[in-house]
Amino acid sequence: MAECHPVGFQWVMEAKARGAKIVHVDPRFTRTSAMADVHVPIRAGSDIAFLGALVNHILTRALDFREYVVAYTNAAAIVTEDFQDTEELDGLFSGFDPESNSYSAHTWRYEGAEAAAAAGQRDPSQTGAEEMAAAGKAAREGGQPETAGSGGPSVPGKPERDETLQHPRCVYQILKRHFARYTPEMVEQVCGISREQFAEVADILTTNSGRERTAAFCYAVGWTQHSVGVQNIRTAAILQQLLGNMGRPGGGIMALRGHASIQGSTDIPTLYNLLPGYIPMPHAHQHQDLESFVAADAGTTGYWGNMAAYTVSLLKSYWGDAASADNDFCFDYLPRLTGDHSTYPTVLAQLEGTCKGYFVVGENPAVGSANGKMQRLGMANLEWLVVRDFTMIESATFWKDGPEIETGELRTEDIGTEVFFLPAASHVEKDGSFTNTQRMLQWHYKAVEPPGDCQSELKFYHELGKRIRAKLAGSNDERDRPVLDLTWDYPEHGPDREPSAEAVLREINGTGPDGAALSSYTALADDGSTACGCWIYCGVFADELNQAARRKPGREQSWVAPEWGWAWPSNRRILYNRASADPDGRPWSERKAYVWWDADAGTWTGHDVPDFVADRPPDYVPPDGARGPDAIGGQDAFIMQSDGKAWLYAPIGLADGPLPTHYEPPESILENPLYGTQHSPARGRIVHPANPLNPDQSEVYPYVFTSYRLTEHHTAGGMTRTLPYLSELQPEMFCEVSPRLAAERGLVNGGWATIVTNRTAIEARVLVTERVRTLRVGDRKVEQVGLPYHWGVNGITVGDSSNDLVHVTLDPNSHIQGKVGTCDIRPGRRPTGPALLEYVEGYRRRAGIASEA
Amino acid sequence: MSNALYGPVPNVAEQAGYQDPPPRMGFFTDTSVCIGCKACEVACKEWNLVPDDGGPLTGMSYDNTGALGANTWRHVAFIEQQVPARQAVDLGMPGIGAPGAQTAAEPGQDADIRWLMASDVCKHCTHAACLDVCPTGALFRTEFGTVVVQEDICNGCGYCVVACPYGVIDQRKDDGRVFKCTLCYDRIGDGLEPACAKACPTDSIQYGELDVLRARADARLAELRADGEAGARLYGNDPDDGVGGTGAFFLLLDEPEVYGLPPDPVVTTRNLPQIWQRTAMAAGALVVLGVASFLGRRS
Ligand code: SF4
Ligand code: SF4
Repeated sequence: MAECHPVGFQWVMEAKARGAKIVHVDPRFTRTSAMADVHVPIRAGSDIAFLGALVNHILTRALDFREYVVAYTNAAAIVTEDFQDTEELDGLFSGFDPESNSYSAHTWRYEGAEAAAAAGQRDPSQTGAEEMAAAGKAAREGGQPETAGSGGPSVPGKPERDETLQHPRCVYQILKRHFARYTPEMVEQVCGISREQFAEVADILTTNSGRERTAAFCYAVGWTQHSVGVQNIRTAAILQQLLGNMGRPGGGIMALRGHASIQGSTDIPTLYNLLPGYIPMPHAHQHQDLESFVAADAGTTGYWGNMAAYTVSLLKSYWGDAASADNDFCFDYLPRLTGDHSTYPTVLAQLEGTCKGYFVVGENPAVGSANGKMQRLGMANLEWLVVRDFTMIESATFWKDGPEIETGELRTEDIGTEVFFLPAASHVEKDGSFTNTQRMLQWHYKAVEPPGDCQSELKFYHELGKRIRAKLAGSNDERDRPVLDLTWDYPEHGPDREPSAEAVLREINGTGPDGAALSSYTALADDGSTACGCWIYCGVFADELNQAARRKPGREQSWVAPEWGWAWPSNRRILYNRASADPDGRPWSERKAYVWWDADAGTWTGHDVPDFVADRPPDYVPPDGARGPDAIGGQDAFIMQSDGKAWLYAPIGLADGPLPTHYEPPESILENPLYGTQHSPARGRIVHPANPLNPDQSEVYPYVFTSYRLTEHHTAGGMTRTLPYLSELQPEMFCEVSPRLAAERGLVNGGWATIVTNRTAIEARVLVTERVRTLRVGDRKVEQVGLPYHWGVNGITVGDSSNDLVHVTLDPNSHIQGKVGTCDIRPGRRPTGPALLEYVEGYRRRAGIASEA
Repeated sequence: MSNALYGPVPNVAEQAGYQDPPPRMGFFTDTSVCIGCKACEVACKEWNLVPDDGGPLTGMSYDNTGALGANTWRHVAFIEQQVPARQAVDLGMPGIGAPGAQTAAEPGQDADIRWLMASDVCKHCTHAACLDVCPTGALFRTEFGTVVVQEDICNGCGYCVVACPYGVIDQRKDDGRVFKCTLCYDRIGDGLEPACAKACPTDSIQYGELDVLRARADARLAELRADGEAGARLYGNDPDDGVGGTGAFFLLLDEPEVYGLPPDPVVTTRNLPQIWQRTAMAAGALVVLGVASFLGRRS
């Protein structure tokens, strides 16, 4: 965190100054480790084994916060007897189909919620969703977790419960059995972490959780970049639920995003499968009309029960007067999904020639995405490519100076892609907002005019829309209506006719029947009387004021600082904060008081905006058949969950199982010590000649490598390798190795090394450092090679890209790539030109996986 | 042995001729909270328009600018150390062993590592040798008690470079003029804090009135010591030291040498009066000799 988020890390330092214990788990010893009380070096890709052992530690010693667990999690819920755990099936859950390598979640459901298989499915689109729909079989009930937004996918009705937690099929007992084999000894065997160190971390975590104390998890997105990325985070979520650390001050799980507003880019998404506010993108075959689209949620309990109001208001904000009840509010105008259109399948489509055009905006896939070669080969096979960036990034120049030009795999004259480079304005050259990991929007104002032809995104897309609309003007073709009917009348100002960013924010906020800005999403209606561009952001322009622009200093307001910026939803700073009070509505402790029930006033109150129905008493029991928010009981703290509980066990919604399970990374030096199942069975495989995997436990690729960031550079380097002051601070691509590995391979500090995988080989300067530890994993010594991923061929400081080494294997839930692989490392520079291909092929031959001629 | 070139000086600005000067301002750099982000190095260069002069990778941990110099006015040092392993089950503060202890250890088990980071800067000495030897008046004492070099007056003689006991002030290769930290003279006069202190996310660099900073540093040191940080010490805070105390002082976690700082700096002009005396005597002797030789020739 100090390494990638030094400014955010100041708060960790502040916590430390107040006595907080800092534990840092990371394969390498970083600037964060330097500040931590404990650094735990871990074998890359073994996180679930470590966290799972913490879960086991808590359960076997009954260290969980029992009152919290019973009241606020699904620990008491009973699961059907059809469910079989990895304990019974040697690493698989019930419902696995080896043909499609996917799960049916049917057997994972709650008892008493028998209809689960038919519903709970807002978005069936996974890889192969089309075939699935065509075959008419619901092969993958698990919708995509990201479409569930701030809550889980829905389950119909409420499950049977055993509040004594003794029922053998209650979630608590299932959890206990599932994690029983995750022992400290196993941690030693899998992660390379000693029992003593494990015990120390377990003690710190448990003694700092409970009524009086809370513990927080912070992770950078590297944790998500595994074939089990989502389950890594799920394991942390299980720990935080068992320890009562959710919805309480000082608790939670903080995702430290990779860029300044990545939270914003999922809230108002750049993802293919989402509409604003985590409303799923409709599917071509499943969602013929609005009614069928909202049906899955309309019947459920909790706040997603109002999906119709959110969706209709969104349609009204897109199409204004053109959207009416008569035409289904233009629901037909929305684009439809036909399958998985996420990044890597799109690259495959480019390679196949079915994807012909590509916008690359604020991204540098030639350097920043896994398997750079696939990315570049894909882009070389397009008809057109638009790159918008500050500088000439590698994704705009691969056709003349990419690594494949050097090796002769591509020839400039053979590449037909027409590349358009459009210079972009930076954040100081435009108005706008950042949404941070706390869901807080902070407004920034333009400080200087963009230089030359540089334009803001807002200006660019507004202008693009205007020009397309001008071309289509007068068209009678029905298919042009969605573009022609768009509300596209943003006020413009200044000499460059810049569209008003505040007007866009106000549109996102939404307006009521009188045209005035709304102040809360609870005012949204499904009759077309309200318009709202993103329901969770409703209130950011309350009282016709840009609430995100508020900057009242902390010393002038309460410690929660509600008047600094604005956090969705409804300016809540901590989600699910009903859980900060006990089931009767009293704070768990004075020290951790946050939100509580004021019985005299008949309302929830406290330091933050209560995340609960304001006047719902703690003892409220919803009547049978209640729907939507009416069905939220007085102790259902997790109001976005249709059953009101935090999920220790996910009865639906995940593609790779209801509980986290340790599998070896797709390329591994070890045999899975926990199960006969070596890899995550549902992992997303990308099969292509440019994406071969190293064989497991290969002597030819005996080391683990992982990639990461440095403070001095930003992601794929486009923003930093071009700046002299940052380039001089980290002037060359390097790798980090332990002294033992250096001795084993003859690597010299400051010298060169070549790192080889089945994909390619790259070269880097060598840092020999004790900060990279040799791990004792069971009875063997494991070496890890650390690789920053910032470098490419352009800029002031240039070097090989470590992402060229990374294979593409995806988390089946989020479709994100991994960042762990196996490699060899040798002293000296790599061969250049066609000799590089021969060098890599030599390794393949020795590994017994030579390419076909 | 006290003269204007040595020993404590209650008010440096007043001694330099300012009437009623503002309080002496300085830096307290608390390296125990430095996270090595180098924001200070970059902010300094941005504000002061210092050119980049980076070379290839040094191979010295994450330090690629090497040392303070004409083009590096803040420099963050990175020191990797092996220290004896902590007791893993002891939940107290990490008990760091003997400073600088080097134990050859079996991987991963028997030794811990420590990564010290420290942002170095011109010390703005009470007795600034650089200033004392400057023949052109390019170096001067400001009303805030800081030491500033004026680039339009410096003639590149380089006397100050050898005079500085810390090796701070340095010549640019092109025309030989010297450059160093100005403690952002152009900012503090406007009531702003220096660029590095402004940018530092963890308050490792604190700017303020020297007296206030010294008191704060004493308290911080006591806190760290109480937490078992045996190697913690202040560096440059003592008005009785060889340079009369510094305007920019530090909290270190180990011996100064570990950070590349001289353990016991002494203003190089401390003995200047005696040197001048001896020089005068020597010169006198030379004159006598010269005259004698003339006389001799004539004779
Ligand atoms: S540290 Fe060196 S350059 Fe700075 S004031 Fe002291 S003598 Fe002058
Ligand atoms: S800005 Fe502060 S934390 Fe960062 S390197 Fe400089 S002194 Fe250390």
